[in-house]
Amino acid sequence: MAHWATLSEAISALVHDGDMIALEGFTHLIPFAAGHEIIRQGRRDLSLIRMTPDVIYDQLIGAGCAARLTFSWGGNPGVGSLHRFRDAVERDWPAPLELEERSHSDLANAYVAGAANLPFAVLRGYAGSDLAQAGSHIRTIRCPFTGEELAATPSVRPDVSIIHAQKADRKGNVLLWGILGVQKEAVLAAKHSIVTVEERVDSLEAPPNACVLPHWVVSAVCHVPRGAAPSYAHGYYTRDNAFYKRWDGISRGRNTFEAWLKEHVLDTADFADYLRVSAETSRQAAAV
Amino acid sequence: MSAAGHTSDEMMTVSAARMLRDGQICFVGIGLPSTAANLARLTHAPNVVLIYESGPIGAKPPVLPLSIGDGHLAETADTVVSTPEIFRYWLQGGRIDVGFLGAAQIDRYANINTTVIGDYRKPSIRLPGAGGAPEISSSAKEVLIIVKQSQRTFVDKLDFITSAGFLTGGDARKRAGIPGRGPTAVITDLCILRPDPETCELAVTDLHPGITRDQLRERTGWALRFAENCQETPAPTPGELEVLRDLNRRTRMAHENGESAYA
Repeated sequence: MAHWATLSEAISALVHDGDMIALEGFTHLIPFAAGHEIIRQGRRDLSLIRMTPDVIYDQLIGAGCAARLTFSWGGNPGVGSLHRFRDAVERDWPAPLELEERSHSDLANAYVAGAANLPFAVLRGYAGSDLAQAGSHIRTIRCPFTGEELAATPSVRPDVSIIHAQKADRKGNVLLWGILGVQKEAVLAAKHSIVTVEERVDSLEAPPNACVLPHWVVSAVCHVPRGAAPSYAHGYYTRDNAFYKRWDGISRGRNTFEAWLKEHVLDTADFADYLRVSAETSRQAAAV
Repeated sequence: MSAAGHTSDEMMTVSAARMLRDGQICFVGIGLPSTAANLARLTHAPNVVLIYESGPIGAKPPVLPLSIGDGHLAETADTVVSTPEIFRYWLQGGRIDVGFLGAAQIDRYANINTTVIGDYRKPSIRLPGAGGAPEISSSAKEVLIIVKQSQRTFVDKLDFITSAGFLTGGDARKRAGIPGRGPTAVITDLCILRPDPETCELAVTDLHPGITRDQLRERTGWALRFAENCQETPAPTPGELEVLRDLNRRTRMAHENGESAYA
């Protein structure tokens, strides 16, 4: 496929039912536009991976796209619960959600191992934690040099990793900055990757050592301004904290969630359309 | 607001802030720990280094972050590194003096549950989970825990140990091969508890002004112990309160007037 693509083309070509996919971005640069497009295209039975599921996976889980979730912290940051995630785990709605639960340190190390083409990661972790028993993937190994007992955890190798970044040039080289999370590792650990960007530029003008993903490790680049909203893109727009707070009320009940999803995602043509409808909803919410 | 002119939440935050010493390297959890750590930075510990798991090292946020990865943290940091680097080089690397954590539930040995209420496979309440806490509680040289005290949070038996305190007490933590010393204080809205040097069971060492032992027992799910020379926590000073209230006011304004992403 063409390197530059519309988001709809990229999701259609690269994300399939049953795939293992990772949408990364640690509070910052969360690829909301891509998540919405996956919902619009009705993907099912996905194995979702993400350190902090955040509102984006709450939406995917509530929309019925997910069968499994690998994660390390599943809350609405600064607000409280992810209600759709909880409804799936506690009451199997809209479908049972199989969990593979890890710590942040585990999952970050597992992405690094995936990017390094290793089968597992080693960390000094989980000692004394019940997670070591609950998470059936965690093993203990002995250091062959010192004899120290360490935790071993399988690497993460998504079929597709999706991230949002600030800029890409004409060739599709990608530049991101600010809080970087595990985005670079997620892209390098995956078979395919999609990057949505704020801006398409002639030259990245990136200083040496900047976080640049060369075009030849990215499967598709899509120009989606504000594609990380309601999270933020450093240098472009700030986090919409009011939306994150409002999400608590929207997502608490199944009916309010489904009505929101229909109006804002299923019945909108693309992310620009979503932004237009959301701006109207935000204005109404602010007026109340 | 008590007759003393401060709330129990303010007393908790101020007592927790006082625990941080100037120049310490502190790995900060979001919420109550972040408020206390920033109060310390703005009062007696201007050189405390605040590290957030999202990657900022030496963050000096002008207002409290709502999320662990707010832009202010990155903009004011000495450097911002990737999440794998934070956990691998800086935390596991042994560079953290103090891990500052919150908790949904805690037991008498300062073990923390942030995972589930009820059975793990079929929980009655699914909590957010571990985040960075298991490795913060094991790799930081010491751990401070800040939590509001009630029968719901101070429980006799945890349904799940997410992050190890002293496990079953005594030398259990050491035997499990955990490198850090573990929790050195638990700060609540009513008191400060510290582990007994032998048994590692938490005992009340400081009661906040106006709090009685009976009130503490009522809000604890186990038979609470008191240290021999229990003392009263000094009330917040006018200076501490002024800085804390100013910080909270600025934070409220910033989060209410934040630029909409849909503008």
